[in-house]
Amino acid sequence: MTSKTFNVILRVWRQAGPGREGRFVEYPARGVNPDMSFLEMLDVVNDEIAARGEEPIAFSHDCREGICGTCSLVINGKPHGPNHGVASCQTYMRSFKDGDRIVVEPFRARPFPVIKDLVTDRSAFDAIQQAGGFITARTGSAPEANSVPVPKEVAELAMDAAQCIGCGACVAACKNASAMLFVAAKVSHLGLLPQGQPERDRRVLAMVATMDGLGFGGCTNQYECSAACPKLISHDFIARMNRDYAKALFHSAFRPAAAGGAGA
Amino acid sequence: MDLVRNLLGSTIGKKLLMAATGLVLIAFVTGHLVGNLQVFENPDRINGYAHFLQSLGPALWAVRVFLLACAAIHIWAGTVLALEDRKARGDEPYAVHKWIDAAVSSRYMRWTGFVVLAFILYHIAQFTVGAAQPATFKENIGHYTMTSDYRVMGLTVVRAGTEVLDVRSMVILGFRRRVVALFYMVAVGLLSLHLLHGADSLFQTLGVRSHRWERGLKAVVAVFCAAYFLGNLAIPCAALLGYLH
Ligand code: FES
Repeated sequence: MTSKTFNVILRVWRQAGPGREGRFVEYPARGVNPDMSFLEMLDVVNDEIAARGEEPIAFSHDCREGICGTCSLVINGKPHGPNHGVASCQTYMRSFKDGDRIVVEPFRARPFPVIKDLVTDRSAFDAIQQAGGFITARTGSAPEANSVPVPKEVAELAMDAAQCIGCGACVAACKNASAMLFVAAKVSHLGLLPQGQPERDRRVLAMVATMDGLGFGGCTNQYECSAACPKLISHDFIARMNRDYAKALFHSAFRPAAAGGAGA
Repeated sequence: MDLVRNLLGSTIGKKLLMAATGLVLIAFVTGHLVGNLQVFENPDRINGYAHFLQSLGPALWAVRVFLLACAAIHIWAGTVLALEDRKARGDEPYAVHKWIDAAVSSRYMRWTGFVVLAFILYHIAQFTVGAAQPATFKENIGHYTMTSDYRVMGLTVVRAGTEVLDVRSMVILGFRRRVVALFYMVAVGLLSLHLLHGADSLFQTLGVRSHRWERGLKAVVAVFCAAYFLGNLAIPCAALLGYLH
């Protein structure tokens, strides 16, 4: 396929390290092929920067096929760029036109400190996940497939939630830097399935407490998160988590205590 | 104890409090408007109604204290959350920011909230306490003699011939002041805008909302807010334009 190449100007956030002063630097990107991904275009620009003996632009990437959640750019004011339901790595240069000035910033949120340039530390998500995003069950040999029946609609809904790749675009898009969509997806994913039931209350309470403790903001129901989500996770899961949380609070307040017999 | 700690301490807990108190306050402002629309009927109606409410004594105070507590919790939770949210965003703002989907009403909740608070304070000062515009306060203008019975649910609560405060004249005279009427109109407009996001949003926070009835809910809330706005607009407008005597 022959495509006409074009030129754009990048305005990129450069920051030497954590807590250091940052600033925007402009780089021309010449001869851009419209079929390049945004990250490939950055690679080409980086080659030129490196050839000049300067420090290339640091940005996060891994799978480059929209499934790992590592890429994390805010492109022209929108996390993951102009398209709906697409990660930065799957954003192609055909979404831009000749002469565009493209502003590229890191995800901004207090719990996501900038490590360098466009790279942010999103380990806060791991901490939330570790607080309850699992089931305590025997691992090992796979159980017989039909031993725990799961209705199809429930399985599908759980898989919708499980689509979350944990990129953090929801936090980046939210004016409150709230992680509600991420946490809601993780809470719902397991909370919908039979295997997740025993720890359902504990999970939502622990994950929300960790989310709050890490300094993420609250939800003001504006749904910028689901609009920016590359996996189009629905904010219905946030309502579901709110309901789960209220139920868990109620349960924990009226939990009967066991009498404590043998083995207690 | 965990319940209280989580309600007051967590983001979702505070949101639940905001939603619950918001629901109470919406119910109140709706009832308040319906009661006040009696101003368009025979003076016996609104004056009898006001007299009846005043005669409730301790019950009236119980309701007032409850409503004030709800408003206080709503404001407290909103303020704490807003400060936490601002802190979470961090020091370095985005150079370019674009709203993707957020409803316009949702972007100005804090500002509409502030104006509504100022409005409520003035409203109480004017019609309940008599600190603002004392010349037209109900205690300072002539009494009104009921010409018919005022009934609530078939029960006569204020008899014909009773001397009652002339609330109707207070409202009409109060709104003859153009600045005051204008302030009311702007304030109820902003309150309606506040409710446009709030009334829709509280369902999400209470966890009873999904895409299946998202659009239906939005439509119901929009109709409610429009009706609420027009109803509230009618009173100062009619007074200002001289339709009410
Ligand atoms: S690099 Fe893996 S999702 Fe973009």
